[in-house]
Amino acid sequence: MKVEVRVYPREGVLDPQGKAIAAALGRLGHRSVQDVRAGKVFFIDVAGSDPRAVEADAKKMAEELLANTVIEGYDVRVLA
Amino acid sequence: MKFGIVVFPGSNCDEDCHHVAKDLLGCEADYIWHHDTDLKGSDVIILPGGFAYGDYLRAGALARFSPVMESVAKFAAQGGPVLGICNGFQVLLEAGLLPGAMHINRGLRYVCRDIHMKVENDATPFTSLYPKGSVVRMPIGHMEGNYTAPPEVLDALERQGRVVFRYCDAEGRITDEANPNGAARNIAGIVNEAGNVVGLMPHPDRCAEGLLGNDQGIKMFQSVLTAALASR
Repeated sequence: MKVEVRVYPREGVLDPQGKAIAAALGRLGHRSVQDVRAGKVFFIDVAGSDPRAVEADAKKMAEELLANTVIEGYDVRVLA
Repeated sequence: MKFGIVVFPGSNCDEDCHHVAKDLLGCEADYIWHHDTDLKGSDVIILPGGFAYGDYLRAGALARFSPVMESVAKFAAQGGPVLGICNGFQVLLEAGLLPGAMHINRGLRYVCRDIHMKVENDATPFTSLYPKGSVVRMPIGHMEGNYTAPPEVLDALERQGRVVFRYCDAEGRITDEANPNGAARNIAGIVNEAGNVVGLMPHPDRCAEGLLGNDQGIKMFQSVLTAALASR
């Protein structure tokens, strides 16, 4: 199965990259941009057919390695 | 007295640390490969600077799972002195041996220059030879040195006197302009609750002899040597 894990700066946590990207978008004329937060996406192929088990596994991966939960949040989506 | 210097794939200050311990202090020093679990009878462990595992994912995130880190954690739990310099500090944070995390520098650039910092805790095994309140000059070279932690953790660090070094100007004023990377409360280095694990972003190993134009870093190594001799 394929599972997608999104990792991003937690709400309220400073995100220097997102700020810089927002400023750059503004300079390019995208005046509607109010805020950007920049994160990462992991596309993971896993063996297994039970979406719940795969989701639980992916959450464990996020907690243990993919996200630094001091500053980052994450969410998990089982694709198929 | 023996220094053990951990070598991760991508460490690049391991030889600097080895040189300080062996050639400048005249101590025994040995490299410890990240796959090894035997600390070779070391009295002090140093996690040197560099880019362990290419800093993939996050600085220090993958190094933390090296076999050697279990031994380092055990050594630390038994009270052994551990020093993490720059990337080594990042590894200690990811490993949970020190609290908090690193953001990318607020200027989004790698910063490589001398900074000043104030010694706020002279009771650690690595800072006993610096007078408390004194200003030390050391070089930094990093992309992720913007220290952060939840407010309650920062407050606890302050309350327990666990901020070891704070970025300041040459006169010792702790200002925002003197903060090279945006670190919370100008924090450059901290110590764990037990007082034996220290991490800092600046490089004492790169300023440990007059030949390099600055020998203020040698005292960090001399401090731990003094502490070890005193405990014998």
